[in-house]
Amino acid sequence: MDYVHSDAAAGAPAAASGGGRLVAAKILVAGGFGVGKTTMVGSISEIRPLRTEEVLTDRSVGVDDISGVDGKTSTTVAMDFGRITLPDDLVLYLFGTPGQQRFWFMWDELALGALGAVVLADVRRLGDSFAAVDYFEDRRTPFVVAVNCFDGAERKDPEDVRIALDLEERVPLLMCDVRDRESAKRVLITVVEHVLAQAAARP
Amino acid sequence: MSNDRWLDGDAGPVVRPYTLTRGRTRLRNDGLDLISVLEATGVPVSRRMRLDPEHRTLLALCRRPITFADLASEVDLPVGVVRVLVDDLREENLLRALRPTSTGDVPDELVLRKLLNGLRAL
Repeated sequence: MDYVHSDAAAGAPAAASGGGRLVAAKILVAGGFGVGKTTMVGSISEIRPLRTEEVLTDRSVGVDDISGVDGKTSTTVAMDFGRITLPDDLVLYLFGTPGQQRFWFMWDELALGALGAVVLADVRRLGDSFAAVDYFEDRRTPFVVAVNCFDGAERKDPEDVRIALDLEERVPLLMCDVRDRESAKRVLITVVEHVLAQAAARP
Repeated sequence: MSNDRWLDGDAGPVVRPYTLTRGRTRLRNDGLDLISVLEATGVPVSRRMRLDPEHRTLLALCRRPITFADLASEVDLPVGVVRVLVDDLREENLLRALRPTSTGDVPDELVLRKLLNGLRAL
């Protein structure tokens, strides 16, 4: 991802190829509540806290009960994000999307500029992943589905999961254990490979 | 969050953390992505600018390029508040933002390859 100066007064644009220029990339980790998003971010990256104070928008009307509250109000949402520092001044950020439906107004901001996404799924509650799959399909954000295999969780045939989630053939699907660093790493590599493949397939 | 603990009816639609921004929630410059990179311009601070301590802290953290998310995490203030304070600093030309290009959804192939190699080497 290139960076350019957005401030008109900033003068010459920064050369993306120039040395010493911080380049940040973002991958989202989505999925239902309690599926292991925070665990995955923690097993692969340095986890950092972030506080968001968001004004409730009209999109949350009817979702959040704001009756009896006059004027604008806000809600504080604590979220975690992970940071992986790579060579060449490259930093990969992982943001877990809020699992609860009432925080969905935050998704658009998080999705902005994301290169891709992971949808974490739990075979016992596949339905919890539908919303995230729909969201990324609609936005045309490249995503992979990673089935988190908890201890003692029933092993499913990946093809059954694909059918259950109604996934297109080109969407990668893999099994993982989010507590395991190598496994979490494999998931992220799959996302980047998928993004590259998508970019190559574009006319 | 219990609003009535902090506000009574006379207070109006005031949100506590935004007292730091004197109640402003609107931005003069366009919004920032969480991974937008911020950097101090090196323009000297003058007294006319009336900077708060929070402004100075943010400015000091931006002496080296830093992402908006890291900045907000570092100062432990809500993202929305940091957004307004950063906007003040950009307005005074003390900070500049380096943002993903408008084609941000189509990442640079070179960056993706570097990312892939970096992840594999972890």
